[in-house]
Amino acid sequence: MKNEWPLWEIFIRGQHGMSHRHVGSLHAPDAEMAIKNARDVYTRRNEGVSIWVVEANHIAASSPGDKGPLYEPSESKVYRHPTFFDIPEEVGAM
Amino acid sequence: MYAQMVKSEATNDDPEKLAAFQERIDRGEKIEPKDWMPEGYRKTLIRQIGQHAHSEIVGQLPEGNWITRAPTLERKAILLAKVQDEAGHGLYLYCAAETMGVSRDELTEMLLDGRMKYSSIFNYPTLNWADIGAVGWLVDGAAIMNQVPLQRTSFGPYSRAMIRICKEESFHQRQGYDAIRKMAEGTPEQKKMAQDAVNRLWFPSLMMFGPSDKDSTHSEQSMKWKIKINTNDELRQKFVDQTVPQIEFLGLDLPDPGIKWNEERGHYDYTDPDWSEFFDVIKGNGPCNVDRLAARNKAWDDGAWVRDGLLAHAQKKAARKHAAE
Ligand SMILES: [Fe+2]
Ligand SMILES: [Fe+2]
Repeated sequence: MKNEWPLWEIFIRGQHGMSHRHVGSLHAPDAEMAIKNARDVYTRRNEGVSIWVVEANHIAASSPGDKGPLYEPSESKVYRHPTFFDIPEEVGAM
Repeated sequence: MYAQMVKSEATNDDPEKLAAFQERIDRGEKIEPKDWMPEGYRKTLIRQIGQHAHSEIVGQLPEGNWITRAPTLERKAILLAKVQDEAGHGLYLYCAAETMGVSRDELTEMLLDGRMKYSSIFNYPTLNWADIGAVGWLVDGAAIMNQVPLQRTSFGPYSRAMIRICKEESFHQRQGYDAIRKMAEGTPEQKKMAQDAVNRLWFPSLMMFGPSDKDSTHSEQSMKWKIKINTNDELRQKFVDQTVPQIEFLGLDLPDPGIKWNEERGHYDYTDPDWSEFFDVIKGNGPCNVDRLAARNKAWDDGAWVRDGLLAHAQKKAARKHAAE
């Protein structure tokens, strides 16, 4: 039982024109089998037009503890949102 | 319910962290795998999700039993698709459990050597085709009762697995009801088979929700943590209320003479299942416990050379590619 197949994270493009989205994970011996298994596990009802598989241990992730330093700086930059600016009605849609 | 009598684990954590954690849950935030969580939350969820996953996998056996003997090619294709979905449900749930730091093989080993349980319902046999209809309708129907609220559970991966599962379940229940309806509306012999299936599976289905709340000691903490949303009795009552009119529509007799509409409560009264039978089945003495575990062990052992062979092949291919670079 030590020979466990590696874990793969599965990303599916649901429709043409959309981004791939993470849908879950599965075990497979290699990328080719991971795609085949993903087809069976995650697209049994037309949920996808394209599949990406990434071995889970190749994914680097931010840690929950970094939330503050990573995202707080953007909170003070309200001018990045269009609603920050008042545009007179006479100017029309902008 | 596919996870019955999940013992909630005591927690020995820093009270301040515990309080902050509880606040997150009360605010309706989802807990993600890398977030801090109490040890008891982690352990209880591994047990609960693992047991749920095992139930999906073992649950394929009673239905798989009839795939080759389905009455028509269409019924066979439908049942095959349904059973394949259950394999998928097992996989979604194993993955959710694995995010908490337990490996797939550990979970499998614990099922195979009996340390982890699966739902008591799958230790009952499917004797004929009417049972297949009754299982889809009643067993998946009972599972849905439990799974719909669990979509709102506090643990992100579990909640997402539940959402995916719920999308697929209503097909399961409908195909079952459709199959048994054909029999209930068929020849007198067929109708008798449908009645017999409902009679036999009724109480085991009620047992799926677990013992009565007054005897279920582990609910309180789990409900606080939102890994259990409703009490066992609430869900059981809901299931009875929903199912009785469905039985009547089929023109079948109610499987329990104690079923009566209670005007005052606004619910059907019903007879409690025989809990001594339930505990006996949980202990391993149901009609099919031995068969089910033997089948899972055999599948695991017989598949060992495939798992090893594919992994060896993948490693060789990777080494060759590496050498060529
Ligand atoms: Fe399922
Ligand atoms: Fe199902």
